[in-house]
Amino acid sequence: MNREDFPMLNKDIIYFDNGATTLKPKCVIDSISDYYSNYSANAHRGDYKISQKVDSMYEGVREKIRNFINAKETSEIVFTNGCTDGINRVVFGYFKYKLKAGDEVLITESEHASNILPWFILEKSIGIKVKYIPLDSNYEVTVDNLSKVVNDNTKVISLAYVTNVIGDIRPIRDICEYAHKNNILVLVDGAQSIGHIKMDMMVDDIDFLCASAHKMYGPTGVGFLYGKYDLLNDMIPLEYGGGMNAMFLEDGYIELREVPVRFEAGTQNIAGIIGMGNAIDYINKIGLKNIIKYEHELKEYLVSELSKLDNIIIYNKDTIGNTVAFNIKDVFSQDTAMYLDKYNICVRAGNHCAKILNNVFNVNNTCRISLAFYNTKEEIDKLITVLKNSNNIYKEIL
Amino acid sequence: MDKDLKRSIILDNYQDKSNRIRHDNDNNYIKTNTRINTCIDNIDLYIKINNNIIEDISFEGEACVISTSSTNILINLIRGKSIEDAIKIIDNYKKMIDEKEYDKDILGEAIVYDDIYKQPARIKCATLSYDGIYKELVKYRDSK
Repeated sequence: MNREDFPMLNKDIIYFDNGATTLKPKCVIDSISDYYSNYSANAHRGDYKISQKVDSMYEGVREKIRNFINAKETSEIVFTNGCTDGINRVVFGYFKYKLKAGDEVLITESEHASNILPWFILEKSIGIKVKYIPLDSNYEVTVDNLSKVVNDNTKVISLAYVTNVIGDIRPIRDICEYAHKNNILVLVDGAQSIGHIKMDMMVDDIDFLCASAHKMYGPTGVGFLYGKYDLLNDMIPLEYGGGMNAMFLEDGYIELREVPVRFEAGTQNIAGIIGMGNAIDYINKIGLKNIIKYEHELKEYLVSELSKLDNIIIYNKDTIGNTVAFNIKDVFSQDTAMYLDKYNICVRAGNHCAKILNNVFNVNNTCRISLAFYNTKEEIDKLITVLKNSNNIYKEIL
Repeated sequence: MDKDLKRSIILDNYQDKSNRIRHDNDNNYIKTNTRINTCIDNIDLYIKINNNIIEDISFEGEACVISTSSTNILINLIRGKSIEDAIKIIDNYKKMIDEKEYDKDILGEAIVYDDIYKQPARIKCATLSYDGIYKELVKYRDSK
């Protein structure tokens, strides 16, 4: 779908690494260039026309995000540097001050490093306990398994909506419902889900959600944090400076501005934010429903074609998401990736920053194909042909 | 060297299991891991030094064909050598990788990687264990 919109797709590559970053449509690239070329000024600063245009574009993106994830208020949307930045802000700006020694945070072994390491650091600094929700035989989270590890000390559940190795979609709505009945807050890592599934803040009842623009066809280095207003209002900013203070005096008195600008100290990534807004417009134009339907069909086709090959091991045949983890039998994943690269097929090899997943996964490294709506069945057919002919893989890569 | 011969040396060393021995609980071995420098290759190296001689060296782990085979070749090259000779071999190997003047005669099978610079993505694979072992040898030498 819409392949003509992506300049990178003219480069004779088959790009299957959308979990790492997605390609950018020309309209997103143009919107960034347009800001730098035609109305390059700072936000919240000048009383002149182009600065006012920046303000309106900048705040307009907040509204686009609100609408995209169906949050209640635009004030619940904070611009960040990306998903990792968002998670760190919540862990160190909110939970650091709300949790005490002995409180428990539940994650899983298939989380990305970004949703594990901040919690480990908090564990070391204030004595909370990080515990793991057991995964079922498909490496997935169920409310049933979750309920087995929840106790009176459980205060937070922190999960990816969609994981980056297996690509499973978590039952976040049910998890939030269960969590809230037990006075537990839920932080959702939306890095892999944004732009691929519908996330609805009001229906899912998520407390905090973090996401990156570059995984939804937007620019790198920018993202957003959603938090319920009362929670954000209680969160401590990690950065202080211009734009986020209402006043300060020589005796050290500081009055901070309102939520969310309180969390946006200094000049923000204005071009990136405008690009992110354009990416949302672009997704809306194609229709998230159409994207979900198409990516699902493509994933089914990929799994069915890969399953026909005797030399391929698929690790997540039964998961619903748009990611497939596989290896060629007896070949190290990086060698497979190098081999595919010879045919200009881009896949990711490794542990995908989920370094403790091998405890349950029983394999340390896999090749990962993560699909986007611009991938095609024809590309999958080419991949299958190359994998089918991989008997002489070492002859080709050495 | 002929490309087919190179490939067959690399594959022989990739498949050779004779140096794949763990010594996790033996304090006579210095243990190091290549993971420090990479996200994916994960090789444990075990080095036993006695009277300035590398008496034994082995490895185990999971890594790509270049990384694994180059580790195996290096281990065969420096086992039984003095620390100084081993450091000299690794220095020469690095010179070869960096396309500088080097002494071919002391590198044995390791010369199969003499054109690895043509594949920049694989230079790290070919030098991973060399860097790890080099660091440990220099540390040992300087501590004496």
